[in-house]
Amino acid sequence: MRTTRTTGAEPRTAAKSLTGRLTPYGFISPTAALLFVLMFIPIAMVMGYSLMDNVITNKHPEFVGLDNYVKVLSNGVLPTAVLNTAIFTIVSVIAHLVLGLLFAMMLNTKLLSNLTTGLFRVIYVLPWLFTVAIIAILWRLLLNPNGVINYVLVGLGITPTGIEWLSTPGTALLAVTFINIWAGYPFYMVSLLAGLQGIPTDLYEAAKVDGASALQQFWHMTLPQLKPIIISMSLLDVIWTSQQFALIWMTTGGGPINATEMLSTFTYKLAFSNYEFSQASASAVLLLIVSTVLAYVYARYQKARE
Amino acid sequence: MVATKRRVHLAKKTGLFIGLLIGAVFAGFPVLWMASSSFKSNTEIFASPPKLITDNFSWDAYTSILTDPTKVRFFINSYVVSLSVTVLTLLIAILAAYAFSRFEFRFKKPLNMIIVSVQGVPPITLLIPYFGLMVTLGLYNTYLGLILTYMVFTLPYAIIMMTGYFNTLPKELDEAARVDGASAMGALWRILVPISIPGIVSVGIYTFMISWNEFLFALTLTRTQDMRTVPIGIQLLMGQNSYEWNQMMAMSILGCIPVLLLFLFFQRFFIGGMTAGAVKN
Repeated sequence: MRTTRTTGAEPRTAAKSLTGRLTPYGFISPTAALLFVLMFIPIAMVMGYSLMDNVITNKHPEFVGLDNYVKVLSNGVLPTAVLNTAIFTIVSVIAHLVLGLLFAMMLNTKLLSNLTTGLFRVIYVLPWLFTVAIIAILWRLLLNPNGVINYVLVGLGITPTGIEWLSTPGTALLAVTFINIWAGYPFYMVSLLAGLQGIPTDLYEAAKVDGASALQQFWHMTLPQLKPIIISMSLLDVIWTSQQFALIWMTTGGGPINATEMLSTFTYKLAFSNYEFSQASASAVLLLIVSTVLAYVYARYQKARE
Repeated sequence: MVATKRRVHLAKKTGLFIGLLIGAVFAGFPVLWMASSSFKSNTEIFASPPKLITDNFSWDAYTSILTDPTKVRFFINSYVVSLSVTVLTLLIAILAAYAFSRFEFRFKKPLNMIIVSVQGVPPITLLIPYFGLMVTLGLYNTYLGLILTYMVFTLPYAIIMMTGYFNTLPKELDEAARVDGASAMGALWRILVPISIPGIVSVGIYTFMISWNEFLFALTLTRTQDMRTVPIGIQLLMGQNSYEWNQMMAMSILGCIPVLLLFLFFQRFFIGGMTAGAVKN
């Protein structure tokens, strides 16, 4: 009796567990299909392109090994692009963090009414609500030689005449970095504000009783509590900022005389201005390698936190 | 003693308020200037001394954009693409997140790792092969081409956020439904999804913003004027011989309205959604 029942039940359980085992794959299949066609195939394609000559423009490209990599790495503009990207990224990320933290702490105050801080919060978040295209053209208006910023600077006697911030080689990188700082700090501010509000207030009460100064409280309590957020955000920001294209493209186009050339604009120009698709592919693969390393660090960090 | 304390308190309050005001000028003045310039005539844009409120206030810049079919088309395109991306991303992300949150399966960890790490792939790396791929697939210069492309960038984040949200909900809820005979799909859509609305709204807003703001692929994967989106439309205004600054500013204001409204109405979800990636529970 007993044995028949088990044998009778077994196939059913097995069948159920087989469909059961396949169910999660079914749920993931649309994602997997999309990522396969539009992520993995293109990556394989760009890797293939980077080893061929005359891709896209010529119907019969030939295999040339690492030739394109050699050409890209010996391109005279590359060191400038690497340096500019590094300066742009490092300065932006640090300034985002400092401003984001400063504003978040000011907004987290109990000294002012909720309405006041709420109003300021909306103002502070504003730069975040604009697309890069809008930010680029807005700042071209503001930084125009006859624009309002130059008017103020001349009025205060800081410069004798209006400066062409975005088209002077000496100031262009500074200007695009400043614009990027303005555009990017709210993301930190909002996250850090959420983090600050999550710190239990009795921690501060206890510190006050112990006679800790405001600076000590900040250094020994606030910062350690925010550390996980700060590290995740900074890693993400490094990845995003180093890939920034649209802002540069619409403000300076990488000029004047390569003064704001970034790895992204360098690669884009190789492909769509010079039609050197093979070299551009090699450059794109190099960028992918750098980003993968950064993303790996980020993923490892997120995993370590779990 | 009490008086000094009160004075210190007042001084702190004033100092903080001044600090906040300075910050507000940094953050808000450019936006204020954008709005102000959109109501000026183009000849007045660089008038010296500059005026925040023009004497010749006019809606001309707005009317000339809203009565130009080409420019209105930019907005229609942006709405069609962004709304489609949002709906499709949510549908697919909810399914995938359900699998990650409620099932154990062999390739769960590597699949999860892939989804986390594809977020780091530089858009510019995909751009070159996309150009050829989209032509081959017949998707070049189409809505569908843009929609599928944007989903590659919105899906990973959406899945991670949705998985995180589902993980906060007790498993017993949908397991009880399964015991009562509901299918996995039924338990998901009838039990889990209705109580996940806040998470879904956050992911939706984030997805909409990414698609609304995208520039690089919209620039490269569309060719004709009637397929261009708002960010490209703004750039096209800039590329013309004379700069119509007032129109560009008006278009910028019109272009940020959807995101601004989303922010004002869903502030809580917005912030929760944006920070979910960085602030883990």
